[in-house]
Amino acid sequence: MADQVLNVENLSIDIPLSGDILHAVDGISISVNKGETLCIVGESGCGKSLTSLAIMDLLPQKAVRTVDKLELNGSSILNYSDRQMSDVRGSKIGMIFQEPMTSLNPSFTVENQMVETLARHRNIRGKEAKKLAVQMLEKVGITPAKQRLKQYPHQLSGGLRQRVMIAMTLLCEPELIIADEPTTALDVTIQAQILELLTRLQADFNTGLILITHDLGVVAKSADRVAVMYAGQIVEEGSVYEIFDNPSHPYTRGLLSCIPVPGKIKRGEHLGSIPGMVPSLIGEFTECRFAGRWGDTLGKEEENIAHLVPIEGVDYAFLVHGTTDHVVRFCCNSCLKKSKSKISKGVN
Amino acid sequence: MITYALKRSILAILVALTVSMISFSLLYISSDPAIAMAGETASDADIEAIRELYGFDRPIVVQYWEWLKKAASGDLGKSYYFRTDVSHLIAERLPTTMTLGLCAIIFAIGLAVPLGVASAIRPNSIIDRVSLFLSVMGQALPSFWFALILIVLFSVNLRWLPVSGSDTWQHFVMPTIVLGYYAAPAIMRLTRTGMLEVLSTDYIRTARAKGLRPPVVLFKHALRNAIIPVVSLAAVQFGFMLGGSIVVETIFALHGAGFLAWESITRNDLPTVQGLILAFSLFYIILTLIADLINAWLDPRIRIG
Repeated sequence: MADQVLNVENLSIDIPLSGDILHAVDGISISVNKGETLCIVGESGCGKSLTSLAIMDLLPQKAVRTVDKLELNGSSILNYSDRQMSDVRGSKIGMIFQEPMTSLNPSFTVENQMVETLARHRNIRGKEAKKLAVQMLEKVGITPAKQRLKQYPHQLSGGLRQRVMIAMTLLCEPELIIADEPTTALDVTIQAQILELLTRLQADFNTGLILITHDLGVVAKSADRVAVMYAGQIVEEGSVYEIFDNPSHPYTRGLLSCIPVPGKIKRGEHLGSIPGMVPSLIGEFTECRFAGRWGDTLGKEEENIAHLVPIEGVDYAFLVHGTTDHVVRFCCNSCLKKSKSKISKGVN
Repeated sequence: MITYALKRSILAILVALTVSMISFSLLYISSDPAIAMAGETASDADIEAIRELYGFDRPIVVQYWEWLKKAASGDLGKSYYFRTDVSHLIAERLPTTMTLGLCAIIFAIGLAVPLGVASAIRPNSIIDRVSLFLSVMGQALPSFWFALILIVLFSVNLRWLPVSGSDTWQHFVMPTIVLGYYAAPAIMRLTRTGMLEVLSTDYIRTARAKGLRPPVVLFKHALRNAIIPVVSLAAVQFGFMLGGSIVVETIFALHGAGFLAWESITRNDLPTVQGLILAFSLFYIILTLIADLINAWLDPRIRIG
């Protein structure tokens, strides 16, 4: 595909522990097109953040990354050296982190930290660089931009710092932005503003955006496509409408049933939750990854019985209603049964 | 920055006054200067005469005020032992000690900071093990023993360096190594821990995600933040070297201020001891002031509240 920015196939991340291996990410594939927003949703510890770090080749030293394909704009960056990768980071792929309070260096001014990126990747220095920094700060809604440039991170609020991070990331006009829970540390009103800003700028610059979040509200607002991650795997992937209208994996249904809907929930009634804990990812799985996590909330919506078409060659992977845009993967027969779906045979 | 520097300087002056007060009264409490001056064979009348002559019979507050006024104008009294001006005595000895201290702290920082950074980049690597070994040695070796080993090796066997004295720069090489090596371990370990901590912070991850080259990440973004506690530690150690280099000064026969202080204490030479304490504490105060100003320059959070 010509407008595909990122293509990752069969990515796994293993972290060796003393005598054992933690399979943090287990064979996931994702792709992002120009101007498209892919949301990766999942609980804490499901491997979302590691996935983003793996794309940037910024994993902790101990972690082992194995991947079949890692393509940026159609050309492989899999075998890039550290030096080549550092040319890609910040210029082709930009990253925004969860913690705006600690993600900026406390010892340098906003200007210093913005300008150094320009000098590094675009060889723009001095007045020209400063001008671009001011323009970008204005674009992300920081006023007065000139004064803010002179300030240090500790003089800015959390929301402002995240705006600075976004401005810094956009300075070199990357083709892909990875935002790892960019709004989690901010209060709700600021969250909405930052999210709106991010999606607007993404549309302006026509960049691909990977938005990592555990907030389905964020997904509904900004995603084009959604990948639901659980225990190191993508269990369901599809367009935002497909995922919200036809959730086919019981885990996706569980997640959706956790959203309190005004008017639907009665006083005194408990809010929805998924029982149990994320399974330990150390060692190999012997039982279903969802064991102990099936509660009443899962598979409640029997009226939404999905029609699954098996994908050849991949165990427990199906197209939902035959739509190529909506894929669901089960880890074993047990969760396949829990999904209460109908499986058709031999249809392509 | 200027406001901060002013505030900090006023504080330093107040601390200096307090220290002078404490050192003044401490010495008067510990022994009777009149008896010390008169000697063991003196009669009661002689002691009384000395007491009146030097004004020891006046209230202690008055004595302090008189002493402080004179001290401010550079007159620290006459040494009981040398019968010369204390200020003159200190001015004569201090350059030796200062040179030694300065060389030693530069040597210590020059050895410790690169090793600390290198071990933090690759924890548990060979270089980390070597620097750990060096710092354990530095802390465990008594400086007199290490000094003697150096003398045997470089002066007696190889004949590269003079054994003692303070005439040429060669005389300062071994004392610098001994004194500096003693101070290096703490600086090395603090640099290592600081760097390890800073390297795992979010803003270092940001710097890497921006595609900055490893040296920029390491020296611009990490070291600047990690070095802040090291500056304070080095200042304190430098101050300690000025007053506490007695052993080293004795072995290498460097007649510095530390040696003079030790001599004067054994001789009950009160004005000299007082003068030295004042000089040492002033240096301490100036050093910590400089360290704080450096840190304020390094860390905007100190500078801009």
